[in-house]
Amino acid sequence: MKKTLFEKVWDSHVVSSIKNGPDILYIDKHLIHEVTSPQAFKVLEEKNIPLFRPNQVVATADHNVPTENQHLPIQDALSRKQVSQLTKNCEAHGVNLFGLGHSFQGIVHVIGPELGVTQPGMTLVCGDSHTSTHGAFGTIAFGIGTSQVAQVFASQCVLVDKPKSMRIVIAGKLHPAVEPKDVVLYVIAKLGTDAGTGYFVEFAGNVFEEMSMEGRMTVCNMSIEMGARGGMIAPDQTTFDYVSGREFAPKGEALEAKIAHWKSLSTDDGAAFDAEHHFDAADIRPMITYGTNPGMGIKIADKIPSSDDASFVKSLEYMGLEADTYLLDMPISHVFIGSCTNSRIEDFRAAAAHIKGKQKSPDVAALIVPGSQQVAKQIVAEGLDEIFESAGFKLRQPGCSACLAMNDDKIPSGAYCVSTSNRNFEGRQGQGARTLLASPVTAAAAAVAGKIVDVSQA
Amino acid sequence: MVPLRVENVDTDQIIPARFLKATDRKGFGENLFRDWRFTSDGQIKKDFALNQSQYKGAILVAGNNFGCGSSREHAAWALGDYGFRVVISSFFADIFKGNALNNGILPIQVSPENLQCIFAAIDQYPSVIAIVDIENQKLLIDAAGIALTFEINNYKKMCLINGYDDIDYLIIQKEAIEAFEQKRA
Repeated sequence: MKKTLFEKVWDSHVVSSIKNGPDILYIDKHLIHEVTSPQAFKVLEEKNIPLFRPNQVVATADHNVPTENQHLPIQDALSRKQVSQLTKNCEAHGVNLFGLGHSFQGIVHVIGPELGVTQPGMTLVCGDSHTSTHGAFGTIAFGIGTSQVAQVFASQCVLVDKPKSMRIVIAGKLHPAVEPKDVVLYVIAKLGTDAGTGYFVEFAGNVFEEMSMEGRMTVCNMSIEMGARGGMIAPDQTTFDYVSGREFAPKGEALEAKIAHWKSLSTDDGAAFDAEHHFDAADIRPMITYGTNPGMGIKIADKIPSSDDASFVKSLEYMGLEADTYLLDMPISHVFIGSCTNSRIEDFRAAAAHIKGKQKSPDVAALIVPGSQQVAKQIVAEGLDEIFESAGFKLRQPGCSACLAMNDDKIPSGAYCVSTSNRNFEGRQGQGARTLLASPVTAAAAAVAGKIVDVSQA
Repeated sequence: MVPLRVENVDTDQIIPARFLKATDRKGFGENLFRDWRFTSDGQIKKDFALNQSQYKGAILVAGNNFGCGSSREHAAWALGDYGFRVVISSFFADIFKGNALNNGILPIQVSPENLQCIFAAIDQYPSVIAIVDIENQKLLIDAAGIALTFEINNYKKMCLINGYDDIDYLIIQKEAIEAFEQKRA
């Protein structure tokens, strides 16, 4: 039988299927963080059961950590308690924790790939919807709720209905100013925020084949923003080269054997998908969002569309924007470059290349938050820190930061923030904050100009 | 029933991230829809349905694509803690749907047309009563002449009716899981 990439990986992880019910899916790697794990550890205690496979769990602190003075105790009492609870739980259950102060600490979806924890053909879950990021490796990776975190703790399995399959093919030549973030914002703007619900997506076509691993991660990261549980890209030489030599990746002969297997992980010719969409790469331009869901995106040079729909009207009202007007040249006051979508070294190289020799606008507060300690170290090794700091950007320590504003990194009410994160929901970056999602280069350009600019027109 | 005529209600609206610092499951109802219920200085927003006394009960009726965004189960905990047992919408996001079911909250998916009929029934009779019969998978609103059948998979139906828990089920499967691990090794 001809199989899709998704089916090959899924089927090889099904322990058994419940009749007229979900599959019992075996999970290879379970990533956890401080916000969605404490209640799951409590379930183990309440039921008096052990953590089944602690060696397959990796923990870090990211969502609720400060991005300044990480060597000092966390000031906010509730945050401090949550982070220290994670430490206690990991110690009690023998889980490997890369907490604050550890050289491997960082955003869970940045460190998994960076450390070689994420590998092709695996199943990987985390109590975070952006777990879809890891699909860039040809991994079935998806976000779960805390009850399911407890299920994985107890059994290394989840009960989950097998999703339908969708393929999104983008072929052709991208405009040189278009970045992976623009590609995925374009897809979500075309298909809408619920088009992928019930599906697992495979991204295919030369655009993804030619993308770096970090670019692929940016794309798969935002699969959830079109409703899909996850997105995947078939592993290839780019993938194998990325994984090789990483801390927890297989080495030597074991790696060779793995690569031989990984090469079989692609969709068979003629395998059927439940839904399929095709786009022309040449149509894509730098993108930006104008509304309060990630599907409300336009090419930067285009007008905001109009609609009588009540939710659309409510959204523009929150954003303080008008239909049929341009975002281009609109003044902004904040820029955030970070989050599990865009906080890897290539993102900062791209931003720094634009910023070098320039100054940020005096009207803009610009925050740079690396995705991990290793990325932070690399920023310094390449001298990017000097570029950012001399241009007036604030370079912080790793964490989720202003993407969800659980810590002190919040955007003020009413302020416009060009953000490289993944969600422009009401209040996401702070109560009343207005988020405009874009790529790192577009964000950097906005910080310098003090307004929205189209980098493809430069 | 409480009508929430907004589409794409994301879990950041249901429970904003700044309230996710707790390490237990209790007390989230207080901050359910926090920024839609209250102004930033804590004043009640009178135009929001949850603040309007004519709407009561354990059923929330919401626009298309309810529960999108973050996987936070705190959203289901907040709805349950506030007192909701059922959410009716024309479409639910996947992760939210699973989280709701794992917390004894029933997501009922109806057609967009039927959703409008239910909103219209609430407009006409704000205190209209709906009956949800899980066993027979029926949603009945007698006053408006609405009688619908809804889908739920047999396994989840059994769990909801009997109060079973996925973890208990998985622990029973331990031998099969260990055999699966052996076979792959």
